[in-house]
Amino acid sequence: MRYFLRRTLHAVFLLFGVSLLTFLFSALTPGNYFDEMRLNPQISPETVSALRIQYQLDRPLPVRYAHWLNAVAHGELGFSFAYNSPVAPLLWVRARNTLALTVTAMLLAWLIALPLGVWSAARFGRAPDRVLSFTTATLLVVPDLVLALGLLILAVRTGWFPTGGLVSVNFDELSAPQKLRDLGFHLALPVIALVVATLPMLVRHVRASVAEALDAPFLRAALGHGIPRSKLLYGYALRAAANPLISLFGFSAGTLLSGSLLVEVVMSWPGLGPLLLESILARDLYVVIGGVLLSMLFLVGGNLFADILLYWADPRIRTAASAK
Amino acid sequence: MTQRRKLTNWLIVLVALHGIIAAAGFFAPYDPVEQDRGRPYLPPMHLHMVDGQGHLHVRPFFYPLRLREGSFDQYEEDTAGAVPLRLFTRGAAYRLLGLIPSRLHLFGAVGARIHLLGTDAYGRDQLSRILYGGQVSLLAGLLGATVTLLLGALIGMAAGYYSGWRDELLMRVAELFLALPWLYLLFALRAFLPLAVSPLEAFLLVVVVIGMVGWARPARLVRGVVLSVKERDFVRAARGFGASDFYLLRHHIFPETASVLLTQAAILVPQFILAEMTLSFLGLGVPEPMSSWGNLLATLQQYSVLVSYWWMYLPALAIVPFFLGYLGLASALQQRTTPYKLEEKTGWNPS
Repeated sequence: MRYFLRRTLHAVFLLFGVSLLTFLFSALTPGNYFDEMRLNPQISPETVSALRIQYQLDRPLPVRYAHWLNAVAHGELGFSFAYNSPVAPLLWVRARNTLALTVTAMLLAWLIALPLGVWSAARFGRAPDRVLSFTTATLLVVPDLVLALGLLILAVRTGWFPTGGLVSVNFDELSAPQKLRDLGFHLALPVIALVVATLPMLVRHVRASVAEALDAPFLRAALGHGIPRSKLLYGYALRAAANPLISLFGFSAGTLLSGSLLVEVVMSWPGLGPLLLESILARDLYVVIGGVLLSMLFLVGGNLFADILLYWADPRIRTAASAK
Repeated sequence: MTQRRKLTNWLIVLVALHGIIAAAGFFAPYDPVEQDRGRPYLPPMHLHMVDGQGHLHVRPFFYPLRLREGSFDQYEEDTAGAVPLRLFTRGAAYRLLGLIPSRLHLFGAVGARIHLLGTDAYGRDQLSRILYGGQVSLLAGLLGATVTLLLGALIGMAAGYYSGWRDELLMRVAELFLALPWLYLLFALRAFLPLAVSPLEAFLLVVVVIGMVGWARPARLVRGVVLSVKERDFVRAARGFGASDFYLLRHHIFPETASVLLTQAAILVPQFILAEMTLSFLGLGVPEPMSSWGNLLATLQQYSVLVSYWWMYLPALAIVPFFLGYLGLASALQQRTTPYKLEEKTGWNPS
């Protein structure tokens, strides 16, 4: 129990630190949303300064930070100047779409990477393993941006997948199974891009750690006892190799979030990515801070999940935690 | 292949790649901003060896493209006049490496313009723009990596040398930077810097933003090295002789971190080239008419370009050989500095 408490405390500290950091950065900003407004001749200077006071941009930084923290405690994330609405509901819709994309991609990537890595490790150094290693090495040098754009061009030229948006225009008229199919079709392209971008790293790590575990004496003994091969690989070797892989799970959440930001913009998926880009260009301060913080929340959530998984999977951590 | 061989081979590959980009003026047939409004979105031209009558030519040649009747972006080969490809021709003036004025180009043609990779919306030669754009992207990556490594080395040495609360504070901040997804960090940093700036300022801004993102990992690695080095006998002896902190850091501790910094450089440079590409692609980086790999790709955000003009995607592929080269270099450097075989640990084997 104390283990979880400590991990949660660490997560809260991290979130707090990120919010402080982004606020500090924002204090260094040479311009803000109202500077652009001032250039607009239809808006009087009095209105602009009144708005500035209304949004408390004239107050010193610590006061603004305290106000913002207070708002966060009440479940709000400040106010969007450009949308003229609270930030939280704005972000929420987008975050749902981002989560749908990243969670699907993450599950899919791991579901493919685990058997593929184990399969490759079982044939360590032989022809199929070499072919797979070469393929993953090649994919590793193709950056996300290049991959996403390439896939998009492929989709446009073949017409296999729709090239943007969440659903088709006639979504409301479709029946429930058709709706699901439509959503899946739209999800396919960004998910493929994300999976292909993360898969090589995952496969390589699974392969390396399972191959290392396969070398251990206890597995040779198990083999000598005549335990079936599949049970040996998935029941024994994978379990012994789990520790670094679970840590990688938390880490891969971070790379996926970065990757999805880009993929969303490229493939016009209405997630956090396009919103964040838009608000950066519009100098919509609180939306940027909220978006960064929300992504941090996902990341921390993923890491916390990995920690819990680790606690469950690795008895060494359990004993170390209870000994304290 | 021995480790030393591997290292030199990857270095040669990288030097050659950078050489091509650095001497863009020579390898590019035209000036990157020279427009030809009559030929927008010209597709890549094909080089031929055999003409319509079945005659074999010694010199590769191409047919000039002309607009098809009643179309604004469909071209066809004008098979009446074959134009031979000429090597070492004289063309647009440029300065080699920004210093030596020259008009010599690797190849070109007389009588018609040759566009091996097609043209963009303004009829600018795509190959020339990719080569010149590489200068901006590579320079941003290299400068960004330099800033990051300087920052990382300074912070890492400070944290490792003066342990205690300073170490604690610096490492907690580093943890924050490590935890944030790098693209979000890049965005957040860019968000709070001015938007409307001149191209040169924009370039410097990109370098600063990229440079400030990645310092945490090198800083932690350097700190680890410093922690162990500062207790070594030769450092303690120097301190016993009354050497100052600065002297110790400069002459005894910093040289020990060199191998870590080198490896980090090989890992960071390609990442930062990509970071520049990403920022410019999204319109937050280097603006037109300067070309960089990122803003060359920005036209792909228009659906019509995506559908019809696939050669606008080619700048994206330019980064791939650089990625390969730097990854190979990084793994060769790591193999050299770590006694055990890296290949078995990570499964990374680029050869």
